[in-house]
Amino acid sequence: MSDTPIIDIQGLSKSFATKSGDQLPALDDINLSIRPRSFTCIVGPSGCGKSTILRIASGLEKASQGQVLYKGDPVAKPGADIGLVFQEYSLFPWLSVLDNVAAGPEFAGVDKQTRHRDAIDFLNMVNMAEFKDAFPHELSGGMRQRVAIARALANEPDVLFMDEPFGALDAHTRILLQQELLSLWEMTHKTVVLVTHSVDEAVFLADEIVIMSARPGRIQNVLTVDMSRPRTRADKAFGELSEFLLHSLSPDRV
Amino acid sequence: MKFFSFALPLLAPVLLVLCWIWMAARVHNQVILPPMDQVLYILAHPFEDLISMGSLTSNVLVSLVRVLLGYALAVAIAIPLGVVMGYYGMVFKAFNGFLNLFRPIPPLAWVPLVMAWFGISSLATMTGVETGQWYVYLNNIKFSMLFIIFVGAFYPILTATIHGVRSVNATLLDSARVLGAGQSQIFRKILIPAAMPAIITGMRIGLGIAWMCLVSAEMLPGSLSGIGYMITHAFTLASTDIVIAGMISIGCVGALMDMVFRRVEKQKFSWQRQTTP
Repeated sequence: MSDTPIIDIQGLSKSFATKSGDQLPALDDINLSIRPRSFTCIVGPSGCGKSTILRIASGLEKASQGQVLYKGDPVAKPGADIGLVFQEYSLFPWLSVLDNVAAGPEFAGVDKQTRHRDAIDFLNMVNMAEFKDAFPHELSGGMRQRVAIARALANEPDVLFMDEPFGALDAHTRILLQQELLSLWEMTHKTVVLVTHSVDEAVFLADEIVIMSARPGRIQNVLTVDMSRPRTRADKAFGELSEFLLHSLSPDRV
Repeated sequence: MKFFSFALPLLAPVLLVLCWIWMAARVHNQVILPPMDQVLYILAHPFEDLISMGSLTSNVLVSLVRVLLGYALAVAIAIPLGVVMGYYGMVFKAFNGFLNLFRPIPPLAWVPLVMAWFGISSLATMTGVETGQWYVYLNNIKFSMLFIIFVGAFYPILTATIHGVRSVNATLLDSARVLGAGQSQIFRKILIPAAMPAIITGMRIGLGIAWMCLVSAEMLPGSLSGIGYMITHAFTLASTDIVIAGMISIGCVGALMDMVFRRVEKQKFSWQRQTTP
C-alpha cells in the first residue's frame, strides 16, 4: 500500500455570500491527507462545514481558496472516480431500483444489457437484488440507503464520500448498515470518507477521525484509531475514545 | 349506505333532467328549450347529416384536429421554454415579465388582431394546395384558429413546466452530476422526468383550455365546419336542439380527454406522491 495520499486537501477555504452581501466564512484553511483504502470519519457540530468539504472534494462546489487534489490532480468537476452518497432523497424516484443502480454506467454510455447485469451484482453486495424491480418509494429508509450505496459503487469509484448516509435512519437500522458498510469496505478496498455528527459511528467505523470545530469550520484534531475490527461498543477503549471525542466536541471547547 | 353512495353522484343529473322535461313542457317553445327527446335523438344518431353541415361526429372530428394541432404547437414551444426558464434563473428573469404581460389577455381578445394578421389563410395557403379533397381538409385549418388555441394552451403548460423544474430536489441533480451526468443528460434524464408529473398536469389543464377556446376560434370568419361553428350556425337557424346536442358533445369530448390524462397521471406517476421531501 502506497503512502501517497489519494485525496489531498490543501489550504481549503470556503465562504458564502449572505443576502446582505457579506462573506460568511464556512471553512477556514483545511489541510487533510487521505491515504488510499483508508476509512476516514469527519465529525463535528452542525454548521462546521463538514459536508461542504465533501461537496468541494467531489467537484460539486468550488473552493474560495486552496484546492483538493485527487491522485495529484486538482478536482474541478464531478467525475466517476469519486462517488458521493447523500443522506436521503437521492434515488431517482421514477426509476426502478435496478435502473437507479445502473444510472452511472448509463450516463457513461454502457449498453443496457451490460449495465443491468452489473447492477445485479452490486445489488447482491447490499442484499437488495430481490427488490430490483421495486421503486424507491416502496422501500424503507435503510433499503434506500443500501441502494444508494450500491449505485455509488456501481460507478466503480476509487473514493467513496458519504455525507451522513445513516443520519435519517433509526438506531437499529443504523448499526446494521454500519456493519454492512464495513464489510463492503473490506471487500471492495475503496477509500471511504464519511461525514457524521455521531461520535459513536465514527469510533465504530474509522481508521482516522477528523474532529472539526464550527464558525468558521476548522480542523481541531486528527486521531488515529488503533482498535482492531470488528469493534464492539462494550470495549473499554471504545468508550474512552467516545468520551474523549464528546469532550472535544462539547460547546465550551469549540 | 352502499346504495346511497352509489346514488349520490346521480342526484344532480337526475334533477337537471327532470327540470328540463318539466320546463320544456311548460315553455312549449323549441327555440327557448327543445324537449329532451329531440336532443337525445340527435345524439343517438351521430352520423346523420344536420342542417347540411355534415354529421355531429364529422364536425367534432374537424374540431379535434384543429385543437390538437394548435395544442401540439403550444406543447412544443411551452415545454422546452419552461424547462430552460425553470432551470436558468437568468432566462427566467429575461422572459418572465414579458410573458406575464400577455398572460391576462383572454384568447378571445386576440381575435381582431389575429384576423388582421392571418385573415382566412389556412394550411392550404401555406402548402399551395388549391383544389381537390386535400384542399378541403387543409383549408379547414385556419392559422387564426390555431393561434387562438395555441394562446389558450400555452400559459398553463409553461407555468406548470417552470414550477415542475424549479421544484426538482437539488439532491437529485447533485447525485446525477456525481454519477457522471453531463449537462444534456441532466436535462433529458433528470430534469424532464422529475418535472414530468407537473408538466402532465399542465398539459391536461392546457388541453382543457384549448378545447374551451374552440368555439371562439370557430366563430372566426372563414370557418365553415367544426362543432363550435355548428353551434353558432344552428343558433342562426333557431335549431336550439342542435345547439344543445353540440354543447353536450363538447362537454363529453372534453371530459374524456381530461379522464385520459388523469389516468396517465395516476398510473405513471404514482412514485411522486411519497418521495418528495
